[in-house]
This record gives sequence, structure tokens and C-alpha cells, in this order.
Amino acid sequence: MTPLDAIMAALKALRLNMLRSILTALGIIIGVAAVIIMVAIGAGAEARVEMIIRSMGANLMIILPGSSNTAGVRQGRGSRPTISEDDAAAIRSEIPSVHSAAPSIRGQAQFIYGNLNWQTQIFGATRDYLDAREWPVARGRAFTDDEIRTGAKVVLLGKSVVDSLFGEIEPIGQTIRLDRVPFEVTGILQQKGQSPFGFDQDDTAIVPLVTARQRLLGGRWLSGRTVGSIHVKFRNPESMEAGERQLRELMRQRNRLRPNQEDNFQIRNLSQIVESRAETTRVMTILLASVASVSLLVGGIGIMNIMLVSVTERTREIGLRMAIGAESGDIRRQFLIEAVTLSLIGGLIGIGLGIGGSHLVADLAEWPVLIEIDSVLVAFGFAAVVGVFFGFYPAHKASRLDPIEALRYE
Amino acid sequence: MAANCAIVRVEGLARNYTVGPQVVHALVGVSIEIARGDFVAVMGPSGSGKSTFMNLLGCLDSPSGGQYDLDGEDVSRMSRDKLAATRNRKVGFVFQQFNLLPRMSALANVELPLAYARVPRRERHRRAARALDAVGLSDRAHHQPSQLSGGQQQRVAIARALVNDPMLLLADEPTGALDTRTGEEIMELFVALNRRGITVIVVTHELEVAQYARRILRFRDGELIADEEVEGRRLVHGANAAEAPS
Ligand SMILES: Nc1ncnc2c1ncn2[C@@H]1O[C@H](COP(=O)(O)OP(=O)(O)OP(=O)(O)O)[C@@H](O)[C@H]1O
Ligand SMILES: [Mg+2]
Repeated sequence: MTPLDAIMAALKALRLNMLRSILTALGIIIGVAAVIIMVAIGAGAEARVEMIIRSMGANLMIILPGSSNTAGVRQGRGSRPTISEDDAAAIRSEIPSVHSAAPSIRGQAQFIYGNLNWQTQIFGATRDYLDAREWPVARGRAFTDDEIRTGAKVVLLGKSVVDSLFGEIEPIGQTIRLDRVPFEVTGILQQKGQSPFGFDQDDTAIVPLVTARQRLLGGRWLSGRTVGSIHVKFRNPESMEAGERQLRELMRQRNRLRPNQEDNFQIRNLSQIVESRAETTRVMTILLASVASVSLLVGGIGIMNIMLVSVTERTREIGLRMAIGAESGDIRRQFLIEAVTLSLIGGLIGIGLGIGGSHLVADLAEWPVLIEIDSVLVAFGFAAVVGVFFGFYPAHKASRLDPIEALRYE
Repeated sequence: MAANCAIVRVEGLARNYTVGPQVVHALVGVSIEIARGDFVAVMGPSGSGKSTFMNLLGCLDSPSGGQYDLDGEDVSRMSRDKLAATRNRKVGFVFQQFNLLPRMSALANVELPLAYARVPRRERHRRAARALDAVGLSDRAHHQPSQLSGGQQQRVAIARALVNDPMLLLADEPTGALDTRTGEEIMELFVALNRRGITVIVVTHELEVAQYARRILRFRDGELIADEEVEGRRLVHGANAAEAPS
């Protein structure tokens, strides 16, 4: 009996009981489909988080004014500016693992070009800001040192602003009005897409910090060197933990806080936020994995059950096969191959269902899904292992039958 | 083995079954030699141990006592798998209930012993077709058992028993499920095969059937009580030219 004979015999036996075979394989089908869908969802979520990190800038922390735990209660977040351009300079010079520290302020402005107008946010920032947020200028050029120092009326536009104001017209070199002040468009920022919090990061414009202070945002930003946030980019992910401590230490020192006073600034670690999301995804994946393993277990028990039934039903056949020369190993192999074939067929159907289901989740729930070939192979492998494990006992039982008793079985 | 040495040699062969507290002596101290090429009928009342004897001869069972040499080899203490291999190579079985596998063509049924003998697929087809031809059923090769008459099914079973060139053909009441005419045809087939050199042992309740044999063994209560030559052996009329596979 070659393995091919055994596989053909197994397929034949399974075909004779088509409906029963499929019902038996249901547990495996569901288990495998669950594995594939869950991995697809997990991988999709992880890929999205990854993309978000990329879009925000890697190795990034943001320093904001105000204390985090009393925000909105005692002080209102950002109500009393406590961070400044000088803090940024100090961070840059005193913490070696910092690659750049970019102060920025933010506000709203009315954009006018021709007869079109558009209301959106603008940032006053330096070139470091583009670096920290890994936000290159796609076309045109960034600000020169001169423009930054003197507060030139130049602006970098986000993709969405360009789309809504210029359409087909080439924006670079054009003059637009921001709150009635004419600005020259020097460049267009690379498209970034949605932020982790769901808004369009391309619906924005950047002007030099000094310009924003003096010509656009005015108000509380007008005097002094206070800023709304400082983006701190570290040289590598490993330095971030120590870096955060050093940042806090430095900022407390610069604000002359006594040990019993709480921070009047907050440090947001984006990697941490993202990490905790990844953690949530992992927990979810583990949860779904347990569902999948329960299905596979139930499927395996189903296979064991049906194989035991099959061995009993085919006792005479087993006796006959033994009488004409089948060794124990031949019989065991035959039933084992049958069990594995059954579970692999279930696995194949499960793979089809899993891939279809993943697409359905993507379409209906609009979740990002990513089907990984590894998960398909692992799921298929699991199905095979389940077949071998749960098929072994019935197959062994069949192989130990006494030929005479088996032949006499009614 | 020398051609003239006995194919079956049993010495004090015994088989006991333990049923609860009771020990059933199905076979007690049977000793006999059967020569190569002989044609033997086994007779006796129901429960006298005929099937038990045949199962031991066919290596389907192991004796509780005594010695059994098949083709000069001591098989009484062989392992399960050695016994299976011996059955495959040396013995062909024909049962009262045919025992063909349903939903498998006649040809596939006949091929089965060759599959366990690890004969390559093409060779299997060839030899199975030839065995079917030898029992006069080449035109039914692709029929399933349910599409064949009882006599035809028994012929397929005989082809299956023959396909691996056994030296010993064992048939336990092969005509029991057939009408007289069909039974005669089956017995004539055995005679033809026996003429080609295969040793045939047939269990039967009917004297007419036994008279195709050269020798009759009679059992009672697990004992061999008579071993006699058949006088006036039945003539084979049809003798429908069974071509034993070479
Ligand atoms: N598996 C078994 N367990 C217990 N006793 C058994 C078993 N097989 C056979 N026997 C007993 O052994 C004795 C011989 O049985 P066997 O089947 O050899 O008789 P037989 O001559 O073939 O009868 P029949 O002509 O009815 O087929 C009987 O008494 C039977 O009850
Ligand atoms: Mg009997």
C-alpha cells in the first residue's frame, strides 16, 4: 500500500460520506478560518499603527504646557504657557540623545487665493519641525535660515490645502493671502494622511515661527518666546526611556520646580501610545487565538469521533484487508491518512473561508486586514497536526483488531 | 523447500477459547500432513472446529498449543506482522460471504493483495486482469460487487485469492451461499486451479462438494476423527479452462 494508494482510498471513503465528512470537518473549517481572520485583523491593525508612527515621525516625544492630571480643572491645558523656544534650545544642547527639538505654535488662519478661500490650521515652526515629524517638502523648497530668522512671509502648504485652493494651477511661487497678509508659496509638503486621532494632517500649512508670532497668530504668542509645543526627536528608540527622564529633569529644573511640586508641562511619548495600541491588538489576537484553538480542539474531537464510527462500520473491511496481508502499520496508516485528509480538506475550506471572511471584514467593517501567507501555512499545519493527533487513536484501534473477529463482525 | 515435502505439517495443534470462567477446546491435538498439490475437503458437524482449523492453517490465528509448519516454516510463534506477510505471500482465502469491498470495482478488489505486497501499480493492473481472466470474468472487471451475481462475486473473490500466486488456497464453505449449479462451477474452478499445482483445502457440509477433493478430513468436537481418500472422485465436465496465473 503506497501512500498514494492510501490517499486515494481515503478520498474515496470520504466521498462516500460526503455530507458527514463536511459536517465533521466543520470544527476544523471554523478553526482555520478563525486563525486566518484573526491574524489578518491583527496584522492589519499592526500595519496601520506602524503607518501612523511613520506619519507622526519615529522616536518622537511632544512637550506640551500644563500639568496632565490637573488639565482642564485647575489651569486648563495650555492656559499658562510654560514652555519656550529657549527650552527647545536647552533640550537640544543638553541632552545628547536628542536629535532635534522643534518648537512650534499653532493657530487658525483664513487662506485666500483668487476667489477661493479656505479656513484651516497653520503652524509656526522651524526647519527642525519638518525633521522631527519626518515631513519632507515634496516639491519646491523648505525655508532658508534667513527666512526663519527674519520672519519672511513664506509658506509651505499641505496637500489638502493645495487641492482645495489651486486645483490644476502650479502653486509654487504663487502668492496667497493668510488672514489678508500676502505669503509666497515656497513648497508643498509630502502627503501624510490621517493622524492617529483621525484628522487630516495634510489640511495644514507651515510658516516660519517668527512670522506666525508677529503677523498671523498674534495674541498671547505675540510677546516673549513661549510656544505651544516642542517636538523632540531622539536619535534612536533605545535612548527614549532615559531620554524622557532627562527631559523631565531638565524641564523641571528650568521651571524651578521644587521636588514636591508637580510638573507644569507634560511629555507625550507617541511610541508609548502606539505601543499600548499594539498591546491591545496582541491581547485581542490572543483572545481570538484561544477561540481558534477551541474550534480546532472541538474539530479534532469531531474527527476522532467520526473515525471511531468509521472503524466500527468498516470492521469487516479491516478484517478482510488483514486476511489478505495488510500489516498493522498498513491499517493504521490508512485510517491516519483518512483522518489527516479529512482535516486537511477542512483546512483548505477553512483557508478559503478565512480569506473570504477577511475581505468581508475589510469591506463591511472597514478594518484594515492583512492576510499573511505565514498564518495560512500555520493554520493548515495546525489542521494537519489535529488530524494526526486525533486520528491516531482510532487508527491505532483499527490496527489492533483481531482479523478473525473483525471478519466475523456483523 | 523440496517439492515433495508437505506444505502443511501440524503436530498436536490445539486452540482454546476462554469465555468467562469456561475454556472452550475448539481444537484438540490435531496432527496431519498435507502434501503439495493436494485437494482436501474438511467436513464435520457444526461447531466441530473446522473454521478454527482453517484459520490456523491460514495464519489468521495462532494456536494455543502444538506446532504448525507452513511450507517448512514454523508459523506457530510468528509475530502479527510476520503472519500478515505470510498470509499475503503464501495463502489465498475464499470466504462463504465473498467479503468483497463494496463500491470498488472487481479489478480493484483483485488488486488489493498486490497493493499490500507493494507491487507497482501497472504490474498490479496487469496481474489482476489476468487473474480475472483466469476465473472467466474479464468482461466484468469494472463492475462493482453489487452489480454481480453471487457466483460471479465468488469468482472475483477467487481471483483475489489467486492474484499473488499463493501456494495454499483455503476456502471455508465457498459454496454455502450459492445454489447447487453455481456451487459446482466454483468447485470446478478449484479443480482446475488445483491441476495447476495449487494446494486447495475446502470446508464443506455437502458430500457432493467434498467429492471434488482427493481426500476428506472429518472433524468432531475439535478432533480429527477420519482422514480418507475419496473414492469415485467427481468428474469435472465443464473444466472451463481456468488459466492459473503463472
Ligand atoms: N471466538 C471464539 N470464542 C469462543 N469460542 C469460539 C470462538 N470461535 C469459535 N469458538 C468455538 O469453537 C468451536 C469450534 O468453532 P468453529 O467455528 O471452528 O466450528 P465450525 O466447525 O466451523 O462450525 P460451522 O460448521 O458451524 O462453521 C465452537 O464450539 C465455537 O463455539
Ligand atoms: Mg465454520
